[in-house]
Amino acid sequence: MAVSSKIIVRVEDLHKRYGSEEILKGVSFTVRQGEALAIIGPSGTGKSTLLRCINRLTEPDRGRIWLEETEITSPHTDINKIRQQIGFVFQDFNLFAHLTALDNVRLGLLKVKKLPKKEATERAMHELARVGLAEHAQKYPAQLSGGQQQRVSIARALAMDPKLMLFDEPTSALDPELIGEVLQVMQKLAEEGMTMIVVTHEMGFARSVCDQVIFMEKGVIVEQGPPEQIFTNPQQPRTRQFLGKISELYGGAGR
Amino acid sequence: MKWEQLCQGLAEEGFLRLACDIAPRLIQGTATTFQLTMLAIGLGLAGGILLALGRVYGNKLIYWVSTAYVQFVRGTPVLVQLFLIYYGLPTFEIRLDSLTAAIIGLGLNSAAYQAEYFRGAIQSISRGQMLAARAIGMTNLQAIRYVILPQALRIVIPPWSNELIYTLKYSSVAFIIGAPELMATGQIIASRNFRYFEVFLIVAFIYLVCVLIISKLLDIAEQKLKIPGLEMR
Ligand SMILES: Nc1ncnc2c1ncn2[C@@H]1O[C@H](COP(=O)(O)OP(=O)(O)O)[C@@H](O)[C@H]1O
Ligand SMILES: [Mg+2]
Repeated sequence: MAVSSKIIVRVEDLHKRYGSEEILKGVSFTVRQGEALAIIGPSGTGKSTLLRCINRLTEPDRGRIWLEETEITSPHTDINKIRQQIGFVFQDFNLFAHLTALDNVRLGLLKVKKLPKKEATERAMHELARVGLAEHAQKYPAQLSGGQQQRVSIARALAMDPKLMLFDEPTSALDPELIGEVLQVMQKLAEEGMTMIVVTHEMGFARSVCDQVIFMEKGVIVEQGPPEQIFTNPQQPRTRQFLGKISELYGGAGR
Repeated sequence: MKWEQLCQGLAEEGFLRLACDIAPRLIQGTATTFQLTMLAIGLGLAGGILLALGRVYGNKLIYWVSTAYVQFVRGTPVLVQLFLIYYGLPTFEIRLDSLTAAIIGLGLNSAAYQAEYFRGAIQSISRGQMLAARAIGMTNLQAIRYVILPQALRIVIPPWSNELIYTLKYSSVAFIIGAPELMATGQIIASRNFRYFEVFLIVAFIYLVCVLIISKLLDIAEQKLKIPGLEMR
């Protein structure tokens, strides 16, 4: 989990409003290469909005974001090029419903990266093996469990060879017994040095796998620090209250 | 043995003799009906997909134009549309033969109905599919082409099958502008021999057989293209 000094993502004073409601009220942070950042906070706080602003699935109103030296928010940036370098994992998987697991992973390689079929297939099979699903390559999403679908969606993102992975509550739609297999894949990724931002309610994962934790509420970062600080010695009373409530809801931070 | 000789062997004035005598002309008419139906449904398919995309993804202008088109076509009788094209267009020096006019008229008509089926199918696809496609770096058009349309085309097969069968039956109105299809052929034969009931019974039977064959073929296609978890929701 060696974190280098190289900055992969820089978010500066990000603002987003829906109608009269300001969802993001000036969010700034950086993520270094190899770093795993957890973002925690109550729902409706703007965590998904923040994550989607980073690959501009949602257009921010104000503020700037960089991926390494490229400014994502610049109007001159080819956003489709940027998105190839940022893997996105959705809460509800969003696997392409008409394609097998293999084709889900292969589609971007064929149509976006324009690899020849043989190479794309090899690459896709390699990624499926990486998430432990090589033998399910020919199954359709509806034939896979939620945990398997989410692992395919991680493989789909990894196949594009991203510099950064964004996870938006990747285990929240899963039955409890399926959460472990997905977290395991993510932990392995973090250990292999993938730079990642994970919005999660899995405090155990945030604590044991992530290098930094951001506690967000009502569109602002309330507190940020290494997991030991956030979980054992939070500086802000709101952080303490939230963590207390979470352990009531989810039965402790130990999971 | 020649067809005429074969018919000679049947009892004079009997139903079988009539059927035998008019069979060659009816087969010719059926072929024209088939051609008319297929070209119209094909034109309607292309137009319908474009109109549906316009209504779902188009900007204000495109949305407005495609919506107005669909409303106009669905809100007016198909006969009026055929007359506009066949008798109306010559006003602008555009003269079409009756079959071409019928193909275009029925095709443009079907496009509006198909557009609504496609729009329903596209809108039944969850928004996450588009997001996921964009997230791996696809352009809007790539996402539509490789993710949205392949799903929509499968979802739409059952209602689309009905549209094909409707178009086949509706193609009979083309006889009014003189397109030499099955209905017109029956009309010409019956107006000469006055055996309306028998002639149109045979015509009806031919339509029925065509409808049954097409339904069966579409069923087979639907089974072949079936993907687990992808049905009309
Ligand atoms: N597309 C949208 N249009 C309008 N409001 C939205 C949209 N997306 C999110 N919101 C609102 O923004 C707020 C923050 O949402 P979200 O970023 O999903 O929060 P979180 O992920 O922390 O639960 C919510 O109140 C939500 O209703
Ligand atoms: Mg969220």
